[in-house]
Amino acid sequence: MTAPLLATRGLESFYGDFQALFGVDFEIAQGEIVAIIGANGAGKSTFLKTVAGLLKAKRDAVMFEGEAIGGLPAGRIVQRGVALVPEGRRLFPSLSVEENLLMGAYAKRTGPWNLETVFGLFPILKEKRRNPGTALSGGQQQMVAIGRALMSNPKLLICDEISLGLAPIVVKEIYDTLPAVCSGGLTVIIVEQDVSVAQRVSNRLYCLQEGRVTLSGSSQALSREQISQAYFGV
Amino acid sequence: MTAWLDTIVQGVLLGGLYALFAMGQSLIFGVMRLTNTAHGDFIILAAFGAFSLALALGLPPAAAPWIAMGVLLPIAFAAGYGLQRFVLNGTLGKDPLPSLVVTFGLAIVIQNVLQEVYSADPRSIDSGGLNIASVEIGGGLAVGTLPLLIFGVAVVMAVAMQWLFGRTALGRAFRAVSDDRDAAELMGLDHRHVYALATGIAFALVAIAGTLHGMKTTVSPSDGPALLLYAFEAVIIGGMGSFYGTFAGGVILGVTQAIGFRIDPGWGIWAGHVVFLAMLLFRPSGLFPKTR
Repeated sequence: MTAPLLATRGLESFYGDFQALFGVDFEIAQGEIVAIIGANGAGKSTFLKTVAGLLKAKRDAVMFEGEAIGGLPAGRIVQRGVALVPEGRRLFPSLSVEENLLMGAYAKRTGPWNLETVFGLFPILKEKRRNPGTALSGGQQQMVAIGRALMSNPKLLICDEISLGLAPIVVKEIYDTLPAVCSGGLTVIIVEQDVSVAQRVSNRLYCLQEGRVTLSGSSQALSREQISQAYFGV
Repeated sequence: MTAWLDTIVQGVLLGGLYALFAMGQSLIFGVMRLTNTAHGDFIILAAFGAFSLALALGLPPAAAPWIAMGVLLPIAFAAGYGLQRFVLNGTLGKDPLPSLVVTFGLAIVIQNVLQEVYSADPRSIDSGGLNIASVEIGGGLAVGTLPLLIFGVAVVMAVAMQWLFGRTALGRAFRAVSDDRDAAELMGLDHRHVYALATGIAFALVAIAGTLHGMKTTVSPSDGPALLLYAFEAVIIGGMGSFYGTFAGGVILGVTQAIGFRIDPGWGIWAGHVVFLAMLLFRPSGLFPKTR
C-alpha cells in the first residue's frame, strides 16, 4: 500500500480546557472517498476543523503528503492543497456568487478548477453569478461553498455536513456531482449524518463517538448492526 | 436668495473636507469593526507632519504643500500598516473595549507630543495664497479655489474607494474578512495582513485630509477630537459600508453646519449635531447602509 495522502496519529483537540478529540487515528489514500459518521457532538466537525487548521494540534499529529502540518494556520494548509467546505456553508454575505467563488482561488494553486469549470459543474451558479451569495436557495448556496473550495484546486476536499438542512432530492443532486468532482483523482473526506448516504458514496468509513474512533472499515463490508453499535455505543 | 445659495454652496464644499475626514474612519470601521478614537488626532498629526515637511523642503509655497503630501503618503501608509499589524490587531476581539482604550490612549499621546513639539499656537501650511484665491461661478457667487479643489479630491477619493472596495481583489478580501474572518482564513487569507492593509490605506487618506485641512485653515494640537466627531457623524449619517454614503454624510453635515452658522454664528456645529442625533433617532442605519 502506498503512503496515505493524509494521516492523523493520536490526534487530540481542545476547546479551551474541554477535550473534544482523544487520540484519533485516521488515514486516507490518494483518490479515496472516506466518510466520517457519528452522533452530534461525536467530534466529526472538530476533527475536520483541526485538520484544516482552524483548531490547534500537535505538529506531527497531522501528516499530509508525508509532511507534518498539524496546527499550521488555515491559510498555509489550504495552500498545500487541503480545502474545507465548512459546516453551515459560511458564504460571504456581501460578496456575489462569482466573488465568493473567486475567494476560493485566493490560495493561487493551479489545476483543473476555475470559474468556467465550476460553472460547468453547477450551471445554475452561472445564471446567478451576480446575485449575493446568500440570496440563493440552500442547495445552491451549498454548491457555491463546494465550488469555492474546488477553486483552490485542492488535493484533498473536506466536506462538513453538506446535506444539513437540505431536502433529500437536493442532497442527491449534490452527491450526484461527486463522481465528476473526483474524476481528476481528487481525494474526499465527507462528514454525513445520514449513514446510508455515507455508506453509498464512500469507499471507507470511520465512526466517531465522544472523540474516539469506534469503528472503521470498508463501507460495503460493514453491517448495519456494527455501525449502529459504534454510532450509539450501546 | 443669493445669500442662501451661497450658504449651501459653501456648505457642500465644507462637506467635501468632512467626507475626506470620514472615509478613513469608514474604511477602518467597515473592515474590522474597529472604532479608532484617535482618528481626528491622526489627521492633526498629518497636518503638522505636512507643515514641517513643507518647511523643511524649502520649496516655493505654491508647490511645497503638494510635494509634502506626496512624501507623507507612503510614510502614512507604512505607519498605518505597522500600527495595525503590531498594536491594534492585538486589541481586536469580541470585546470592543481594548481597541477603544488603546486608540483613546494614542489620542492623548499624540495631542501631548504635538503640544510639546509645536506648542499650543495654531499654525497653517503656507499654500502660497491658494487659500485666499477664489473663482467666480456666476450669479454674483464666488467660491474659494482651495475648497473647490478639496471637494474635487473628496469626490475622486470616494469614487476610488468605492471602486477599490467593490471591484478589486483587495476589496473582495476586505469584504470577506469583514463578513467572516474564519471562513476567510480557510481561503488562505491572513486577516492580520488584510487588516493592516486597510489601516494603511485609511492612513493614506488621513494624510491627504490632514494636509488639505492644514492648508485650508489653522490647526492646533488639541483640534483632533472635534474632527473625530465630524468624521463619525458623517459615517453614521451616510450609513456603514458605503463610501458614497460616507461622502453624502459629509456633505449633509457640511451643509447643515453652514446653514446653522448663517442663522446664528453660535449654531453651526450645534446644527450638525442635531441632524446627526435626528438621524440616530429616525434612521439609525444611515442613508445608504451596506450598498456595495
